[in-house]
Amino acid sequence: MYHYIEGADSIQNVSTDEEKYEHFMQRINNGEKVEANDWMPDDYRTALIRLISMHGVSEIMGALPEKEWTPKAPSLKRKLAIMAKVQDEMGHGQLLLRVAEDLQKPFGTTRKEVMEDLLTGKIKFHNVFHMKTKSWADAAIIAWLVDGAAIITQTNMLNASYGPYQRALQRICAEEVFHAQHGEALVMALANGTKKQREMLQEAFSRWWDSLIMFFGPPSPKVTGSSRQDIMIKYKIRINTNEELRQAFFDKYIPRVKALGLEIPDKTLTFNEDTKEWTYAQPNWDDFKQIINNHGPRSKARLRLREIAHENSRWVRRALAEEEAVV
Amino acid sequence: MNKSMETAEVAKQNRAYAEALAELLYQFADDDFIISFRGSEWLGLAPFIEEDVAFSSITQNTMGHATMFFQLLEELGEGDADALAHARKVDERRSSVYLEKMNGDGHYIEEPDYDWALAVVRNFLYETMKRVKLQAAMKSTYQPLANMATKIIMEQTYHLAHWKLWMEQLLGATDEAKEKLLSRLDEAWEEFGDALSLGPKASDIAKFGILIEEETFKQYWLEEVKKTLPAKYATIPKKSLGNGREGMHGEDLQQAINIFTEVYQIDEQAVW
Repeated sequence: MYHYIEGADSIQNVSTDEEKYEHFMQRINNGEKVEANDWMPDDYRTALIRLISMHGVSEIMGALPEKEWTPKAPSLKRKLAIMAKVQDEMGHGQLLLRVAEDLQKPFGTTRKEVMEDLLTGKIKFHNVFHMKTKSWADAAIIAWLVDGAAIITQTNMLNASYGPYQRALQRICAEEVFHAQHGEALVMALANGTKKQREMLQEAFSRWWDSLIMFFGPPSPKVTGSSRQDIMIKYKIRINTNEELRQAFFDKYIPRVKALGLEIPDKTLTFNEDTKEWTYAQPNWDDFKQIINNHGPRSKARLRLREIAHENSRWVRRALAEEEAVV
Repeated sequence: MNKSMETAEVAKQNRAYAEALAELLYQFADDDFIISFRGSEWLGLAPFIEEDVAFSSITQNTMGHATMFFQLLEELGEGDADALAHARKVDERRSSVYLEKMNGDGHYIEEPDYDWALAVVRNFLYETMKRVKLQAAMKSTYQPLANMATKIIMEQTYHLAHWKLWMEQLLGATDEAKEKLLSRLDEAWEEFGDALSLGPKASDIAKFGILIEEETFKQYWLEEVKKTLPAKYATIPKKSLGNGREGMHGEDLQQAINIFTEVYQIDEQAVW
């Protein structure tokens, strides 16, 4: 819904805003990009702030599961690769929070509020990053399939109507492709390795299966009671629905997973030649609701890391605040 | 004038030379490896996101440098670079004990009570030392080391600049920040000493022109840090934690080894 400015006292104002709205819709329907200082409807701005801050904090929280394995990476080559990857993720987080900050300006909020809202649970981070890691093979599955899934959802927004986000995504996606290649190399090494390595890989894959299905979100808004899919599509921020993205993920990865000899935990997974769609067992969407509300297996523990970082470096921020404003 | 050694094959023909060279390369490799390990534990815990990006970039570059030094050791016939990094026992390692110290209480995954003042002081003192060492190594008689030092110093210049800026900013900021840094500096003046030691082969290292005299090296370092630190830090730090250059290490190194070999030791022959 587009909200008229409260207290707008003349017909002229209202019609001007209506005109602005018409003009705005015309621009995005023509494929033009909206820039930070352009006029935009409030619900467009609000939806973008939500989306981009969530994406930003998810990059930061998303570095944490792999960080668990970074100091343990088993060779110099793997150490360099996983260090580069987690550094990239942090960089994406920073880039996105900068984009969100520009949008937040008219509301008088900054990154400080975003980081605080993350700690209080007001801003959610992506459901996949609430899960446990158990072995080095989890780091492999995350880099290959979680990053693979992220490429699919982000490619869906590569032509987003908001220019600064769209340009950030171009860069992020290019780096994610390297991450997925790194993940594929890790997976290949394990798949072609010893019996123990193959077992580690299979266990990790089975462990992440439900999380990979949940990655794309529920097929219908009924599951969580709300969904912003429609507004995102209307405003040309994204193109496809959650289910279409999940199907694209199956199309791309199921053949590869099978080629590696991995067993798929869902015995009901089948491809329907007529509809060209995959049918699969639904994960427990009640669990999903728990997870996104920070009641996942590692939600609290990972947020606790951010909280400690925030508390322990308060003196540093106070010190720097004397010279410059750092949140 | 010492003769330049163009390759590992030539260097290996002089046993005393090769031994002194290996000793120095282990110091370079082990220092970079352990400080990069400690840096990797910090990811996601830095004071703000920009710092996380910068710190993890430095940490990654530094692991790259460690890798290059391990490869020089491999060329010298010391063994496979990955095995050198992972499989050596505590007393075979040559890193400075001060660099091995834990970042604070807690574990990097659970309740890491890390101290940014230690991170700033340690990295500043270390990067200054590394720069002086690399500058000397650029003129080493061992040509592969001279070439590598020339390459590494291009990146390392930014690492030092980064930590120097932190040091200057925090020393010039609130009383609270200044006190925290001074307390860590006092501690470092008790413990940093072995980082400045060139180890048991120091005299051969200098004699063969692989690096400079240990005493000169220490003085160069002191001159450099004095430019940034308060006047009271005008002496060479002590070695109260022991001397890692002689294989004497504390429990913190074993703690680190247990973590960084957790996956490697599952199967040392496997390809990961």
